[in-house]
Amino acid sequence: MDWGNILELSLRELIGVQAIVFALAAIGINVQFGYTGLLNFGQAAFAAVGGYGIAVIVTTYDMSFWLGLVVGVVGAIILALLLGIPTLRLRADYLAIVTIAASEIVRLVGRSASGRDIFGGSDGITGFSRAFYDLNPFTEPFSFGPFEFRERVLWVLVVGWSLVAICTLVVWLLMRSPWGRVLKGIREDEDAVRSLGKNVYAYKMQSLVIGGVIGALAGIVYSLFQGAMQPDVYATNFTFFAYAILILGGAATVFGPVLGAAIMWFSFQFIDLALRGAIQQDYIPSWLMDSNDVGAVRFMLTGVVLVLLLVFRPQGILGDRREIALDAR
Amino acid sequence: MPADDQRTPASLTAKREAAVAALADVPREPGAKKPDPILVADDVKRHFGGLLAVDVEHVEVQRGSITALIGPNGAGKTTFFNLLTGFDRPNSGSWSFNGRSLHGTPPFKVARAGMVRTFQLTKALSKLTVIENMRLGATGQRGESFWRALLPFTWRSQEDAITGRAEELLTRFKLDAKRDDFAGSLSGGQRKLLEMARALMVEPELVMLDEPMAGVNPALTQSLLEHVSNLREQGMTVLFVEHDMDMVRDIADWVIVMGQGKVLAEGPPDAVMSDPRVIDAYLGAHHDQSLAELEQEFETGALTAEAEAELAGTDAPVAAETSGETKDGR
Repeated sequence: MDWGNILELSLRELIGVQAIVFALAAIGINVQFGYTGLLNFGQAAFAAVGGYGIAVIVTTYDMSFWLGLVVGVVGAIILALLLGIPTLRLRADYLAIVTIAASEIVRLVGRSASGRDIFGGSDGITGFSRAFYDLNPFTEPFSFGPFEFRERVLWVLVVGWSLVAICTLVVWLLMRSPWGRVLKGIREDEDAVRSLGKNVYAYKMQSLVIGGVIGALAGIVYSLFQGAMQPDVYATNFTFFAYAILILGGAATVFGPVLGAAIMWFSFQFIDLALRGAIQQDYIPSWLMDSNDVGAVRFMLTGVVLVLLLVFRPQGILGDRREIALDAR
Repeated sequence: MPADDQRTPASLTAKREAAVAALADVPREPGAKKPDPILVADDVKRHFGGLLAVDVEHVEVQRGSITALIGPNGAGKTTFFNLLTGFDRPNSGSWSFNGRSLHGTPPFKVARAGMVRTFQLTKALSKLTVIENMRLGATGQRGESFWRALLPFTWRSQEDAITGRAEELLTRFKLDAKRDDFAGSLSGGQRKLLEMARALMVEPELVMLDEPMAGVNPALTQSLLEHVSNLREQGMTVLFVEHDMDMVRDIADWVIVMGQGKVLAEGPPDAVMSDPRVIDAYLGAHHDQSLAELEQEFETGALTAEAEAELAGTDAPVAAETSGETKDGR
């Protein structure tokens, strides 16, 4: 087994596009769930709206890329308002139910046959990323030690990680401000915050909108990288991956989602390659598993790791143990 | 309690004397008019299915006084509180605070108007530190708007001022040592204190305390009572719910008794507590009769007649009057 190669390929995933996309999605959920206590189980819908915004505007309607960006973000704001207006006055679980349904609605409308002319059906939409790659200032591949990135990937990585950095900075600024304090208060007990003269409904709405917009950025980055907008990428497991990443990194921590995403995709790749290598070398007998099983076993192992983490470090990697201890009182 | 004898004369301060004097000429009857009411409620009704939980015809709360709202469990005190503060909506009725109608006003606007409440089950924000809990209480914070939150220099100076005020209050409530602890790590009594101090950060005119003494270590109740009477010294009006009459006696200037959703009696603590209607509401009309006596009454049919009269909707006080004679047996 070529451990050097395995490690190299895994480290590429550590800073790869998947990590960026899920870091963004998890930052959005962190604002909503980690800080405000809103159970948004429809982050995939926000990402899909972002992706469709660009794809539909550029490919279907042949308009400018920048307008597509704006439409993607504004679409996410509208979706947040649509979901929030009826549910944010109710108990927390109503938002969870509505968002999980909305995320499936967005995906199913996107892949429906009747909307094929606009959304491209289940094949999705392609051919909208040219304007983005035309902006690419990198003309040659970039080498760093054993790593080499082609200019296209490099451009996505630079833009993606800049977005992650900006979003993290914004969350950091917000959460140390009085505004963030109100959100954390709402997470603990919204009636108490109400009794202190804060418009809880407005704050929850702002939180939902901001988290949703960051989720839309995740969808935008992913569809630009793929050069295609495919509805089935944004099924509910997209959302639950983002949740797993957030809990792994530590909810209600500024860097938790970023660290969680990097570690998650690194270990995914590492487990995958290590298992494949071991099967090839017959370290793992073929009656136990063959290379077709690797994909499934990788998820099983990830699940085991998450369970162990929740047992021994429920606050996540960066979380504060004392906060979790309070729940047990 | 022996401590009471020393405390009572000391607590008869100018503010208390003023409050007692202002209420001296108020008739001792339900719905009595006060000389300077801060809160006036009319015909407030709240149904839960077939149950009429609150049915208050008229109630006024005197400015600058400590008014206690007492009554047995299930009398509708907390529901009435929720209605007044906007946490629950009445089926009908109107009420005004400082002359301004608060009907249909959401809770956060009620608080901003200067009427702040606490909760029976303490709502300390566990994962916020004590000082953050306090800061949250301040109103009109510039940094609480989204865009300005991103620019710390726009709210930093205000934040410092708020922190200063919060620290003063913490010292007064003897919580300054806990400043940076999570609120969730405080004891039950400390949480009550924190909640009260946090409510004061809103700078209210009327403080509404829902059972401030419930679930608190008896050793701490005296100190809590002192804090409550201190609120009056600082010019605030206090309305508090309590079901234990003894707690009320020491500090309240005026007592409103509720039973089965209605205001049964009003008056200064001593007058109210000897009111037979109040005693009946608490202990039941037949509380000091032996079962044998009741059985006898039951056999003669007197009790059945009385029960029927009550079911027919006769006023509770009438039934109470008839039972007044049983007091002779004491």
